[in-house]
Amino acid sequence: MWYYEKKLQYPVKVSQCNPMLAKYLTEQYGGADGELSAALRYLNQRYTIPDKVVGLLNDIGTEEFAHLEMIATMIYKLTKDATPEQLVDAGLGAHFVNHDHALFYQNAAGSPWTATYIQAKGDPIADLYEDIAAEEKARATYQWIIDISDDPFINDSLKFLREREIVHSQRFHEAVELLKEERDRKKVF
Amino acid sequence: MTFTLTKCYSPFVSKFDPCKPVLTKCYSTPPNLYIEFQPNNTEQFPTAKEALYAGTLWPCLYDPYYSKRGESSG
Repeated sequence: MWYYEKKLQYPVKVSQCNPMLAKYLTEQYGGADGELSAALRYLNQRYTIPDKVVGLLNDIGTEEFAHLEMIATMIYKLTKDATPEQLVDAGLGAHFVNHDHALFYQNAAGSPWTATYIQAKGDPIADLYEDIAAEEKARATYQWIIDISDDPFINDSLKFLREREIVHSQRFHEAVELLKEERDRKKVF
Repeated sequence: MTFTLTKCYSPFVSKFDPCKPVLTKCYSTPPNLYIEFQPNNTEQFPTAKEALYAGTLWPCLYDPYYSKRGESSG
């Protein structure tokens, strides 16, 4: 069960109407290494991961939904008053025809989100290594969006999100260390 | 800090490369690669506001990123 706090994890400000940037941000909305994939991956894997690290997957999976909400806000603000012509110029003509100004879970190229983006192998090490890889891929995606974006306000929020990927990766590494630990072995120093 | 947050290398450049060659290529190596277990009581940012802007409570995990479009800070 979740409590909802009616505010974003980090403020989202947009400096100008820029539907093309919204198109690129969609990669983090419904892409393979996006926030939706991350949230669903961790919240699903947590049932069959050792007790020691269930809480970690629960907390990080929940935070990913907070990130998803930030990305959604950015996409919405960047496109909400765009005319059909502006959307066509931004490469979003096909999106407009199918969805009007609505958001949709797809990647930047328009492929719909699919459960094949995520895995639950049941093997704790395999799952955590996938989670680490997902965090590093999401960090890289944020870098490339920051590189392509000329919106300083959006970039500020994206840098926050990129830093969170680094922190999450660190925590998943620590989870692997916890599961590697030799139990019942006396430590002699 | 005993590590750097970016690594650079000089890729092979051919005379026949169609685009203007990039002589140095760099990639990110964030702090989490170098910290095994974060030690207890790691130093925190002095204020909550600084921590929020950094995206982390701990300076040891903070890795600023600068756009390749040429911005220099922030």
